[in-house]
Order: sequence, then structure tokens, then C-alpha cells
Amino acid sequence: MNYQLKIYCKTTALADLRSFLQATLRELKLSDKDQHQLTLAVEEVCANLIIHSHQCNGSDQIKLEVKESPEKIIFEITDKGKAFNLLDYEVPDLKKVVSEKRKGGLGIILVKTIMDEIEFESDKGQNTCRLIKWFRS
Amino acid sequence: MLTIETLKEENYDLLIIKGEIDASNSVLLDEKMQEMKNTGSKSILVDGNGLEYISSAGLGVFMSYLEDFQEEEISLKIFALSPRVFEVFKILGLDQLIDIYETKEAALEA
Repeated sequence: MNYQLKIYCKTTALADLRSFLQATLRELKLSDKDQHQLTLAVEEVCANLIIHSHQCNGSDQIKLEVKESPEKIIFEITDKGKAFNLLDYEVPDLKKVVSEKRKGGLGIILVKTIMDEIEFESDKGQNTCRLIKWFRS
Repeated sequence: MLTIETLKEENYDLLIIKGEIDASNSVLLDEKMQEMKNTGSKSILVDGNGLEYISSAGLGVFMSYLEDFQEEEISLKIFALSPRVFEVFKILGLDQLIDIYETKEAALEA
């Protein structure tokens, strides 16, 4: 199965993204907990792009494709903003986040913990981030 | 959709969160937390029963107050989180930093 969604780069589009993901993931045989966490991880990446790569420019768009195979599910997120490679960011130390009163950084921990694999490529101004979750029986 | 209601009880302030917190509305939570701090609250109880979803934007708000609350001896307790929302707190290890209880009664007794 293959599902697609395009959202504009504004944070209010995140609710639409969640609705789309919830409807899409409901069709797969995933636990409630897994559906919730996959939705969260994809949203974290999109929120990062909207805020940091596109500065909430409502005329820019992000495309999400959900590809499912018997052994894994792939969330492919493409955009044409400033490249934001999650893999370049180290998982911050939680104590440091607290002491520095930082509100950022937590999303990266969530994405890296929830997903099994993360791929990133940038080609001719188009960035593609792939979040992969393997099904385990 | 998010609503945050505050209730002043005799010994504590209650923050009732309903709906979903993400990057579009986490500022609301920040404002309410700031308001509680500014009005001299010494004990804040967060009712998480109606909290359906929270992303890092909302979790970050809670985290950003932890040090100030510790310094000013303000107690922060969260109760009645749904299992899936509680799981997200656990992924980040926030269950080790914030006191989380199953019920309001348990939070009040602790």
C-alpha cells in the first residue's frame, strides 16, 4: 500500500498530518502504542522542517509518503527547504536539556528512539528523509 | 484542539489539559505554567486524563520549568495520563524527572 499527503509549512497543518497518519496506520496491524509513537516520530520530523527549514512559510510544502511492505513501513518525507539532516544531530543529554532550559532537542531523541532506521539524502535542492520501522512478530 | 483550564484549590492549583499539544499550541501550556509560577503557586497538579497527545514541543515546556520549580520549591505532579501518552514520557526518561501518578488521590497523598 502507498499513501500520500502534502501539507503546507505551518504548524497548524500538524493536526491534519496526525489525522492522515492515524487513518493510514489504523489499517495496519499495529498496536495502539506503535501507531501513536510512529505518528509522533513523523510529526516531530515535519515540525522540525516547518519551523527550522521553512520558517513556517505557509506557501512552502512538505510531502509525506507512507510505503508499507510485509516486513517494514517507510515514511518518506520530502521538501525543498534548507537541508536538515537528523543524522548530523547527536541525541542530547536529557540533564543538559533540563539545565539549559532548552525546549528543543527532545524531538530528535523521540525520532531516534522510536524509529529503527533513518536515511537522509539531498539532491538538487530536494531533501528526502526516510524513517523506517521494521515489523516484528 | 487544546483547552487548558486552571482551578485554584485550597492547597494546590489544578491544571486540566484536554486535547492535543503540538508545536502549534504548546505556547498555551507555557503561558499557563508561567501564570501559575507568577501567582506564587507552590503546588501544581496536572490532570492529564484528557490529554490525548503531546509532542516534544509540549514535553519541552514541562522540562523547561523543572529547574526553576526545584529552586523555588514548587511541586509539580502529573496524574491520570493515558498509557500511550505515559509511554512517551517514559521514552524520554521524563518519568524519572517528573512525579507522575495514576490518580489524583495518589498524587495528593504522595
